[in-house]
Amino acid sequence: MIDLTVLTEHWESYFIGLRNTLFASLMALAGSFALGTVIAVFRISPIKVLQACGTAYVELFRNIPLLLVVYMFFLGLPALGIALNGFVSGTLGLMVYTSAFIAEAIRAGILAVPQGQTEAARSSGLTYVQTMRYVVLPQAVKIVVPPITNQFLNLVKNSSILGVVAGLDLMYYGDLVNADTYNTVDTYMFVALFYLILTLPLAYASRLMERRFARSG
Amino acid sequence: MDFGQAYSPDNLRFLMEGLGMTLRLALVAIILSFIIGCVLGVIRYARVPVLSKLVGILVEIIRNLPLLLLIFFARFGLPELGIKLSPFWAAIVALSIFEAAMISEIVRSGLKSVEKGTIEAARASGLSYMQTLRHIILPIGLRRMVPPIVSQFISLLKDTSLAVIISLAELTHNANIVMGQDISIVLPTLLLVAALYFAVNYALSIVARRLESKPT
Repeated sequence: MIDLTVLTEHWESYFIGLRNTLFASLMALAGSFALGTVIAVFRISPIKVLQACGTAYVELFRNIPLLLVVYMFFLGLPALGIALNGFVSGTLGLMVYTSAFIAEAIRAGILAVPQGQTEAARSSGLTYVQTMRYVVLPQAVKIVVPPITNQFLNLVKNSSILGVVAGLDLMYYGDLVNADTYNTVDTYMFVALFYLILTLPLAYASRLMERRFARSG
Repeated sequence: MDFGQAYSPDNLRFLMEGLGMTLRLALVAIILSFIIGCVLGVIRYARVPVLSKLVGILVEIIRNLPLLLLIFFARFGLPELGIKLSPFWAAIVALSIFEAAMISEIVRSGLKSVEKGTIEAARASGLSYMQTLRHIILPIGLRRMVPPIVSQFISLLKDTSLAVIISLAELTHNANIVMGQDISIVLPTLLLVAALYFAVNYALSIVARRLESKPT
């Protein structure tokens, strides 16, 4: 049977862990959205150098493990004399890693806006940046929302990596509870439950949106 | 930064052993997760009463949990339930179950993308439901699933690094030990390990792209 005292006696630990997980995920989402948008615009820009930089960035971070990106902040920066704690380096790692995936989602969204729109905007005198800002991006946002919701879902799951670098998230606090209760199965059952509380609504929302956008074309 | 010390023959050999373990782990998990994923995907597609619903709920739960949690649970939770696994097999079990859940979704949507007319034609020409599934729906659907499944395998290869938390001697774990020698070799080691992961995954993604551009 599941031992409920694991939860009732440690609910504070679970709550702090859940809050930090959510906090890290939200900050990483905001950061990776901003960074991802810049990279996506690089990738489709007419300037060859920017294109190459964007492509290199995306290919690099999509093909190395998230843990390694986090290590670059957690172990690599201290070697250069910049020491960050687990929470900050974990969140930065998540942000950089996720931005590559978000950049691809945004690029696909931008490419889905018909070419004629860009041409019309350019020929009516808007600059490239203005065209992006006022014509293409507002339309692309609609296409991009479902895949980005999916990325946020991945982000919440991936944020468990903070547990590896003592990042004070749900995994980390689960470890603390476990050290106190010696009841691994029940302790992590509740950790799993708290993750599901965050991820299942996101999964449901992204499916709903995908269906709705598919219908409206 | 001390490249000479970081890339000493002993360190390199140790990292290569780690890479070997990573590749072995990935290969076994890829094979198992593909088989399990296909079976689960077909069960969900075929709408077997009760069973399909049950599989659907299980898949949904596993897909929405962090893999790290599953790996940890397989190594330290299962023994409390009487199942003792070595770090290698704990990682295999967790990776296979998690990636199988992901692959089952790919398989299901691939099968769903097979046009109704094709299926009706097969049934009308006298094939049974199982025959239609086996000879018509699966071959067409599977071909469409190849690109997303290869990207899932790339994810799997990256995810093997999470086995660090159960101290399995794979690439990231061995890199951790090498980096413990001295702070001056941290960056060179991280660079080398990133390059190794990148090389393997990039090769896989080129295969994926080639398959994608092939007309089906």
